[in-house]
Amino acid sequence: MEFEAIIGVEVHAQILTKSKMFCRCSADVAHAAPNTHTCPICLGMPGTLPVINQAAVEATVLTGMALNCTIPSFSKFDRKNYHYPDLPKGYQVSQYDYPLTKDGYLDVQVNGETRRLRIRRVHLEEDTARLVHEGDTSLIDFNRSSLPLMEIVSEADMRSAEDTYAYLVKLRQILRYLGVSTGNMEEGAMRCEANISVRPVGMEEYGTKVEVKNLNSFRSVRLAIAYEIERQIGVLEEGGEIQQVTMGWDEAGLRTVFQRSKEFAEDYRYFPEPDLPPLEIDQALRESIAARLPELPDAKRERCVMVYGIRSEDARLLCEDRATAGFFERAVEAASERVSAQTVANWIVGEVFRLLGESGQGIDQIKMQPEDLAALLDMLAGGTINATVAKEVLEEMFTSGQAPDVIVERRGLRQINDQEALSAAVRTALDDNPGPVAQYLAGKEQVLGFLIGQVMRATRGQANVQIVTELLRAELEKRR
Amino acid sequence: MKLDREQVLHIAELAKLSLTEEETELFSEQLSEVLAYFEQLQELDTDDIPPTAQAIYQRNVMRPDTTAPCLTPDEALANAPQRKGDYFQVKPILD
Ligand SMILES: [Zn+2]
Repeated sequence: MEFEAIIGVEVHAQILTKSKMFCRCSADVAHAAPNTHTCPICLGMPGTLPVINQAAVEATVLTGMALNCTIPSFSKFDRKNYHYPDLPKGYQVSQYDYPLTKDGYLDVQVNGETRRLRIRRVHLEEDTARLVHEGDTSLIDFNRSSLPLMEIVSEADMRSAEDTYAYLVKLRQILRYLGVSTGNMEEGAMRCEANISVRPVGMEEYGTKVEVKNLNSFRSVRLAIAYEIERQIGVLEEGGEIQQVTMGWDEAGLRTVFQRSKEFAEDYRYFPEPDLPPLEIDQALRESIAARLPELPDAKRERCVMVYGIRSEDARLLCEDRATAGFFERAVEAASERVSAQTVANWIVGEVFRLLGESGQGIDQIKMQPEDLAALLDMLAGGTINATVAKEVLEEMFTSGQAPDVIVERRGLRQINDQEALSAAVRTALDDNPGPVAQYLAGKEQVLGFLIGQVMRATRGQANVQIVTELLRAELEKRR
Repeated sequence: MKLDREQVLHIAELAKLSLTEEETELFSEQLSEVLAYFEQLQELDTDDIPPTAQAIYQRNVMRPDTTAPCLTPDEALANAPQRKGDYFQVKPILD
């Protein structure tokens, strides 16, 4: 029997704001000592009055817009009641029946095919405190308590681990483009839970749903979902039944493990948050948020191909994040007519990406300016320097941030195009290497490469390779 | 509609209350009376009335995204039943 998987995911993303969701404590808690970012509101003291952070509301609406959601004019907060020490109030402020945004979708590419994955809602809530389990006791740090959190709930449109992976990668890319979240899964700024069920192909009814938690990286999402699908199919094929449970991903064992049964349906007893007046996202607010919507990755990629005529694979790489795309566009704008956009793309995707990889920096952290890359490529196109030297100069630009002409002048790296000077170097190289010369003359033309190398070394890499090659051939003919 | 014993115990469990046998019986009756009162309210036709979450008409009460000084860890932990270093300490939680 053939089975198909039905997958939906809930993603929680920490919103990048200066202050917390309902109080003015600093939200910059990533590396803070425990309980240094708290106040009576985020500690859940009785008698305190929360006030909504407008920036968090706007970031959520902006995200909804980027995910093709509708923005209802009315929205409100609700209390989700449950008892847990990371939630001292006994409830989490969240949104139940009137989320800020709903009914969107995300188009993703899976195996060369476009899949439209629907999004049920994007709503706003507060994060819980952080628990540290230490032997026979648990410790609580309230720094994270009440950080603004966006919950992005998909419909169950995904059918494979690849679908889900593509969805999450694209979602993170958009969150980063919007600047609303770092989307860093390893640091917990983006968290994912998946609901997975399987059913025989052709069956209408859904199978029993299993929730998988503890997915702390993109890699574990892909592995955990693939594993869980196989596990469920295995159970059904052996005539078993799927239990409605919560599973956790065991990173070390590479398997999903039972966490708790869902025998008792969760009973959150949502009710309207009396301390927070509802929100009305009117036309004016909607428009002011929409005006901040940047060009999104798909549109940017298409435009790069259309306007600059670069290869679509390069456009994809360059538009991976907004900073890289911005660097590319600034370099292209600054480049002279003899430097094509494709050349700029090649150098960024090749050399610049290599240097970024080696240094572990992001493109927005380096000293080199895109205008200087354009100037370097112009010097290369004009023959002032050759390609080998250009790479060398680029490395120095990358670390020092100096302009290419400054580096070339200081280090005397101008290309030698002078026929006479090069002829002398060519003759010396041939005189010094009688063996290879004899080989060449005997028909072994590959040694030409060796001889070119000799001349380049003698000129400290600055010779014009084309001229050297021509001169070498001519000089060798003379010696035949 | 009368709330049965099981329902009362479920509500008590959600509210983290432990009830004696007498209390269970007593609250079962009292809660049933409360429910009966709401049933009376439900007789009203409210089909054309939007749900109201709050009695005072206020909208978009928001603050700008600015920070203010926080409590010191000692102030934050002043009411902690137990502390360990600068953490609140609680009974072990299995998850
Ligand atoms: Zn606070």
